[in-house]
Amino acid sequence: MSVDPGKSLLMRRQVVLSGLGGQGVLFLSRLLAEAAIAGGFPVLTSETHGMAQRGGVVVSHLKVGGFDSPLVRPGRADILLALKEENVPLHREFLADGAALIVNAPAPIDAGPRVWVYTVDADALALSAGTPHAVNLILLGFALARIGGGNAGGFFCTAGEIREALSRRQGAAGGRLAASLSALDLGIAHGT
Amino acid sequence: MSDRILMQGNDAIARGLVEAGCAVAASYPGTPASEILSSIDRWRKKCGATMHVEWAVNEKVALEIAYTAAISGLRAAVIMKQVGLNVASDPLLSAAYLGVTAGFLVVSADDPGPHSSQTEQDSRLLAMMAKVPVLDPASPAQAMALAATGIGLSEAFGVPVMLRPTTRVCHASQDVDAAPFRPPAREARFVKDPARWAATPVFRRKLHDRLAEKVVAIAAWPATAPIRVNPEVSPAKAVVASGVAFAHARELFGELGISDRIALYQVIQPYPLHTDFIGHLLETYTEILVLEESSPVIEMQIADRRRVRGRMTGAVPGTGELLPEIIERLLSRFAGLPVPVEVLAVQGGGRRPTLCPGCAHRSSFYAIRKAAPAGIYPSDIGCYTLGINLGAVDTVLCMGAAVSQAAGFDYAHRLSGKQVDIIATIGDSTFYHAGIPPLIDAVVQGARFVLVILDNGTTAMTGNQPTPGTGIGAGGEVTTAVDMEGLVRACGVRFCRVANPDRLPEFVALLKEALAYARESGVAVVIARQPCAMVTLAAGGKEPGAIVITGECNGCRHCVDRFECPALIFDEASNRVRIEEMICTGCGVCVYVCPAGAIRQELAGEKRS
Ligand code: SF4
Ligand code: SF4
Repeated sequence: MSVDPGKSLLMRRQVVLSGLGGQGVLFLSRLLAEAAIAGGFPVLTSETHGMAQRGGVVVSHLKVGGFDSPLVRPGRADILLALKEENVPLHREFLADGAALIVNAPAPIDAGPRVWVYTVDADALALSAGTPHAVNLILLGFALARIGGGNAGGFFCTAGEIREALSRRQGAAGGRLAASLSALDLGIAHGT
Repeated sequence: MSDRILMQGNDAIARGLVEAGCAVAASYPGTPASEILSSIDRWRKKCGATMHVEWAVNEKVALEIAYTAAISGLRAAVIMKQVGLNVASDPLLSAAYLGVTAGFLVVSADDPGPHSSQTEQDSRLLAMMAKVPVLDPASPAQAMALAATGIGLSEAFGVPVMLRPTTRVCHASQDVDAAPFRPPAREARFVKDPARWAATPVFRRKLHDRLAEKVVAIAAWPATAPIRVNPEVSPAKAVVASGVAFAHARELFGELGISDRIALYQVIQPYPLHTDFIGHLLETYTEILVLEESSPVIEMQIADRRRVRGRMTGAVPGTGELLPEIIERLLSRFAGLPVPVEVLAVQGGGRRPTLCPGCAHRSSFYAIRKAAPAGIYPSDIGCYTLGINLGAVDTVLCMGAAVSQAAGFDYAHRLSGKQVDIIATIGDSTFYHAGIPPLIDAVVQGARFVLVILDNGTTAMTGNQPTPGTGIGAGGEVTTAVDMEGLVRACGVRFCRVANPDRLPEFVALLKEALAYARESGVAVVIARQPCAMVTLAAGGKEPGAIVITGECNGCRHCVDRFECPALIFDEASNRVRIEEMICTGCGVCVYVCPAGAIRQELAGEKRS
């Protein structure tokens, strides 16, 4: 795979992923980064490690399409994926005007003016599906279905490209892949 | 054929080292550098290189091992975090004098912020003190390139070279061009030269002269000279940046549209700063803004104080991480543009980190407070530092200090005629790293305290690297396991007992026994042995769902406030505690903790369906 400069000019996306230690924030950001590379985009991510992973707040920045700095500045993110509702006040400041906030929450939330808010109760879905560790993929599936991929305002990749990235990552692990794909589909089904 | 793959900065550094033919790599884990060594092991397996890769007992030992390979003709690297460099500083300063015969890279990762460190110290300052050149990458891709450059520089001048990435490079990921491996082959051959390798002070004096000459020559080495990003314009002002601060600045130069108004330079080698470059800056520009993390290493070397602005002049914040939003304000001001308003991060809020559900350290800390409610609790560096939440950690200084501080507390109070109960805690990895010499000292001096070694069989904080007690090497191979009990006894400790802290009542009784012994006779050691819950979970886990809260729960909050298992949730509406099944490991320790007996562990047969 090589970088396609033409595509990079068209698509520049800044995404912030936020959750608690153990929720799979880092897995999600790597998955998205690999999908971006497969799509021909340059990508930069920045992750939290260490203490924060012991149940504390974990945040990952993802910049797709020709950036130098690995960090997203406040007011610049196109998308904020919040795996935990309580993190929204902490990371809301990253969002640009008109950006999308996708939250794992049992009920609609108020995140202030000038952002699009989409909520889904990914915890409940994960528990009822018997995959408590797949909250991250359920939320991603939901987000992809709601705001789309490869279009203006949406992600830089489609749900299909995420499926491919998942298969490349977990293909060898057999059972893991099937569970991950069905979690993604569960999210997509709730977002369509 | 090359391929673009996602590489974490640490992965990229590892790849650069293996590609450069590094044959020996040693490390002690520490965030943000921890992933480098395991990654070296992965890459070496991938390309079939013959290497010695090890998790050393501490950074000083790691440096000495890698250094010795580099004076035996093999390229080598030692990897650590900035605090670890303090531990390794002793051999580093001497190694700089003696030099090397093959490339030797000292990777010391800094943590401006600091995100998971005791200090924000700048390893580049230590490089300057040691008189070794230091390279400062701005991205994962550049870190990979500079690992190889550093090995080359080291070999060209026969000095150790430091590579200093920061958290935002180590833990950033990027699409990196992964060319096929072509590691050069070398053979170890140590050429005896006692005047050099065993130099006495007379020779050291000469070696110091020679090192100073090398530094002058390195300050003219073309391969590491600063890079001008926008050479086509000739403005009056310049920004000089290094590390990730350069990456932020470069992106902002584009966004703010100031590339035609201000020159932008990247300094790759902050020490020694290229002599010609200093001259050029001072001849060409009326104002120079220096952006670097964390100390003014570059700024210090540009002599003209009237034209240079940076951390020393107060133009740039003197401490902390240079986030892009901070740099945006600095650049806007420097360029005479409107300065954006500061967006203040939300203060407070967010969950504080806590020990994992099912973590046996929680049981140990709970038991320690039960056994010695009025005690002093020195502790150390690791997951268990989080015991602070449970009120069972009073001091944290540096690796191994739990033991020396426990002894220090005893001596200090004894001088005032007091006897206090002291229970110190230290992890197994930390104990091997720096806990043994202070334990010997305490025994010899007749100190009186209880040392609890929290033995979870791994270096959990940094990603579960093996410890000397596990008998597993860096590549997963079986090695010799050190016998911790035997080691403790050999340090002269007479009271040494092993127990499972999850059996709370017995464990509290054992601690009381140890305290009684310590008061009379000296150091008592209790080894709290139970595997890390993260490891247990990864291996299939404990049985969840077997824990229930009965109607006897009266909402006293004892288990939530004093035991703090994240799987115990206080429900305001019902004024009762409930179990968060998503994360409960079923360890059953909370059963002992509830004073009302409201928490029950159902036997396998009576489990709810
Ligand atoms: S990682 Fe292991 S040692 Fe660290 S808090 Fe979790 S269970 Fe405890
Ligand atoms: S059994 Fe109790 S102490 Fe253990 S993880 Fe579950 S709630 Fe926490």
